[in-house]
Amino acid sequence: MIRVENLTKTFGDFTAVKDITFQVDSGEIFAFLGPNGAGKTTTIKMLTTLLRPTSGRIHLDGFDPWEKQREARQRFGIVFQDPSLDGEQTAYENMELHGILYHVPHKVRAERIEQLLKLFELWERRKDLVKTFSGGMKRRLEIARGFLHTPKILFLDEPTLGLDPQSRNQLWTHVKGLNEREKTTVFLTTHYMDEADRVAHRIAVMDHGAIVAIGTSAELKAKTATDSLENAFLALTGTSIRDEAANSADAMRRFAQMWQQRR
Amino acid sequence: MGAIYIMWLRELKRYFRSKAQIIVSLGQPTLYLLALGFGFGPVFAKAGAGSYIQFIAPGVIGMTVLFSSIFSGMAMLWDRQFGFLKETLVAPVPRIQIIFGRTLGGATVASLQGLLMLLVCLIAGFRPLHQNGVGHNWVAIPAAGIFIGMIAIVFAALGSSIGSTIKDMQGFQMLMNFLVMPLFFLSGALFPLKNLGAILTWITHLDPLAYGIDGLRGVLIGNWQFGFRWQFNFMLDFCLLAGLAAIFLGTSAWLFSRIEV
Repeated sequence: MIRVENLTKTFGDFTAVKDITFQVDSGEIFAFLGPNGAGKTTTIKMLTTLLRPTSGRIHLDGFDPWEKQREARQRFGIVFQDPSLDGEQTAYENMELHGILYHVPHKVRAERIEQLLKLFELWERRKDLVKTFSGGMKRRLEIARGFLHTPKILFLDEPTLGLDPQSRNQLWTHVKGLNEREKTTVFLTTHYMDEADRVAHRIAVMDHGAIVAIGTSAELKAKTATDSLENAFLALTGTSIRDEAANSADAMRRFAQMWQQRR
Repeated sequence: MGAIYIMWLRELKRYFRSKAQIIVSLGQPTLYLLALGFGFGPVFAKAGAGSYIQFIAPGVIGMTVLFSSIFSGMAMLWDRQFGFLKETLVAPVPRIQIIFGRTLGGATVASLQGLLMLLVCLIAGFRPLHQNGVGHNWVAIPAAGIFIGMIAIVFAALGSSIGSTIKDMQGFQMLMNFLVMPLFFLSGALFPLKNLGAILTWITHLDPLAYGIDGLRGVLIGNWQFGFRWQFNFMLDFCLLAGLAAIFLGTSAWLFSRIEV
């Protein structure tokens, strides 16, 4: 469903994504794990036609997202890291606008909006302006909206950031349910190991712009000889923050080195 | 076409939902109309130029349309800030439809504001006149509507071009001071553009709004009472605004299509 070959993105002399290659199968839930600044969001932006790759190839259901933007865009839904709703319109209007932009026929649109808003428990609030919604409700609405045009792939960029455990739990239940019922391929990024462990079929660990490991949760644990995904993650991406904190003089020296390299 | 419609409709919904905003944005032009209109009235009359309220009314209508339309385009900055812009950027429709819908929506709203301001002017005592200055000419109002619409499209498209380019609020204040206010002051909205001296005359001829105000004033009062008729003429105003509308629409579409986030 998604095939990425030697994908690279540089901004000036900074390399955000370094020669990554991976594949996501149809109907799979695939998770991208990585510390802040690992290049997860940059990768998603390239997959979703928002950024032009510096080099490498992407196939999204057979289409190159940069060359065939419209074909690619019709095939995926996306929930961005930060909200992308129109606060000045109601929940229903946000859904309707999305339906029209994604060419969902009128009759199907009304049915599906009702079905999704009910599923995500927003039907009662459909006539309220989105700016009056809580963070959790907005997230649910965004995910419901992402499913509206029955995309083949749904991208979720840290969808549970800032949500309470109840909302997170409910959200993943719905996403998993829709993945099973509608066979939607799900590509997600997250910081929460337990979430990746629970929902993802396969996980890729990313650090400093490169993929350092890829496999099922069990495979990653086996590979690093650890008992939890959290430990596997730390084994793969290092514990550099802890090292720096241990010795302040050491941290200073590293900081100075970093500056000298930049010049 | 659905995309153009829904983006247009969005602008209208936002307009009708913020009733306070409608009143507030009429406040400033109304202040100009009343304070300057009645304040400078006696001086203007003494100079033998007739009623200043008659002169300034088309100017403040143009001002209303200018501010409303150019800000509607710059409002894209808010959509960028609050994230909604991305929703429209990844949609599987040509981006030109998105930006046209937005721009036409902004222009429609600005035109409605302009017509409301015309109503305020009528309440304040302004009367549309025949070209020879004799008698009230209510037929001039639909003709004024055409110029209001054209000013609205020109500046909504300019605003959309700017909105597609600037990424933060810092740029906004600068544009306000160095673009919007000069556009307004040099347009002839507040004073006649005759006998200004070579440099200033030359600059005012570069101001697109000058042609809009001229057209608006021309059809509304005919300019007979100032010893000259139109600053320019109907055909020049009309064609120039139409040409600029096309150029700015094209520019905004091009700039919007290139946005990466």
